Amino acid sequence: MSDKPLPAVPYLKIPDDGEPFIEGHRCSSCGATFLGVRDNCSKCGARDGMVPVRLSNRGELYSYCIVHRSFPGIEVPYVSAIVDLEGGGTVKGNLINVEPDPSKIDFGMPVEVVYDDALGRKDSDGNSYLSYFFQPRT
Amino acid sequence: MTDAYVVGVDMIKFGRFPEKTVPQLGAEAALLALDDCGLKIQDMQALYCGNLGQASGMVGQRLLQEIGQTGIPVVNVSNACATGATAFREAWTSVKAELYDLVLAVGVEQMGRGLLGGGGGGRGISKEGLLGSGTMPSVFAEAGMEHSRNHGTTFEQFAKVSVKNHHHSTMNAKAMYQIETPLDVVMNAEMISYPNTKLMCSVNVDGSAAAVIASEKKARELGLMDRAVKVRASVLTSDPWQERDLVMPDVNTCTRKAAAAAYDMAGLGPDDVDLIELHDCFATAEILHYENLGLCKDGDAGRLIDDGDVELGGRIPVNVSGGLLSKGHPLGATGIANIYEVSTHLRGEAGKRQVDGARIGLTHVIGLGSACGIHILEKAA
Repeated sequence: MSDKPLPAVPYLKIPDDGEPFIEGHRCSSCGATFLGVRDNCSKCGARDGMVPVRLSNRGELYSYCIVHRSFPGIEVPYVSAIVDLEGGGTVKGNLINVEPDPSKIDFGMPVEVVYDDALGRKDSDGNSYLSYFFQPRT
Repeated sequence: MTDAYVVGVDMIKFGRFPEKTVPQLGAEAALLALDDCGLKIQDMQALYCGNLGQASGMVGQRLLQEIGQTGIPVVNVSNACATGATAFREAWTSVKAELYDLVLAVGVEQMGRGLLGGGGGGRGISKEGLLGSGTMPSVFAEAGMEHSRNHGTTFEQFAKVSVKNHHHSTMNAKAMYQIETPLDVVMNAEMISYPNTKLMCSVNVDGSAAAVIASEKKARELGLMDRAVKVRASVLTSDPWQERDLVMPDVNTCTRKAAAAAYDMAGLGPDDVDLIELHDCFATAEILHYENLGLCKDGDAGRLIDDGDVELGGRIPVNVSGGLLSKGHPLGATGIANIYEVSTHLRGEAGKRQVDGARIGLTHVIGLGSACGIHILEKAA
């Protein structure tokens, strides 16, 4: 078992010294930004030109839905959000610290990425995980 | 290149048939379609069989074990919710290429209940409810909310789609449900993923549909042109790159590309189409496709549903079968079931839900991941 939390997804990076961040890859030919690692660009087809980029912790809400029915053990309601990050990259996650009510959620609202324990979820080996969330930015 | 015609087509009544196997369900539709044109399995030169749940299970061959093992080539097809349309298109392609002149396409599915998608996969912990939601109701709710963002579309407008399609299905004995669902009932049903309530989600059902496709020469030779339906266009697209598509599947661009190609292939436009069966897997999705298929200008889809243009009797009736929302959505069968629906109208055999004077119809499906299949059909002259 790891003595430190593991990243919930491979594109969440946890440096030994420093703050966690979301990693993307950018095509050096066409500039397209992707979440996570890839070898080739699926926008322009360029090979071998993908460079890692640290994606911003600031963004704005692009779209969302409010989940009321999920699988057993998953707490509802919650807001499933799609966020465009400043400088490129679109990420999906839970929007927290906001009422799950469409009248309280505005398209384009500024949000920030925050990092926290993955809602207490552990894998079969007992490892804890670090995840990311969005919250309104003031 | 020869023209290709649907000469026999049918579907079983959609429902829940846990006592039957997938090949048995597929065989029922295959026999109905053969009976529809008075042909036998021995007349078929190839079988294209669409199924998702048992994609590695040789469903087409097992179907022939139910109705006649004639030794013909069998192609098993899997392409998410575009599976049936893809099987039909492969069959059509083989006739257009003049490889065969009489082939069978079958779509079949046996479904469980409950939420589709969101299962995750991969190592570690479940991401559902941690990194948003990957269930189908959520994915299509987010796609609908993008339309709300861009055009102000309301929960009520999305809900009206479900009212309409449930109403249409009261006239379709082969639909899963024949129940009126007034607007307040739809809007007050259990919320699944806002803005989709339970009545705004397609019904998971078992079902099958099949079509016999013939070359023009063969259709004439067999004396089957009276009820034949000409395939004016068959198009399949995948999703081109979009900046958000890693986290937000784009069902719009692949539909727009397919629609443009299909109208071009058929040499007509949306104004020439008399009825449409489109992929209303969720009420939110139907609204998007009014614009994607060119039924109205971008931003006008809400008005289209408000004004009743898309109801039976309206300017361009959409999903008069009841759609996936009420007829039901057996994933692999859906693409051929909507070809059955449009063909039935073009033949003037749709009974109470008949679209008067229907001459040209369009079918559309989306398989998330993504695939879009569009067919344009015309009553044979």
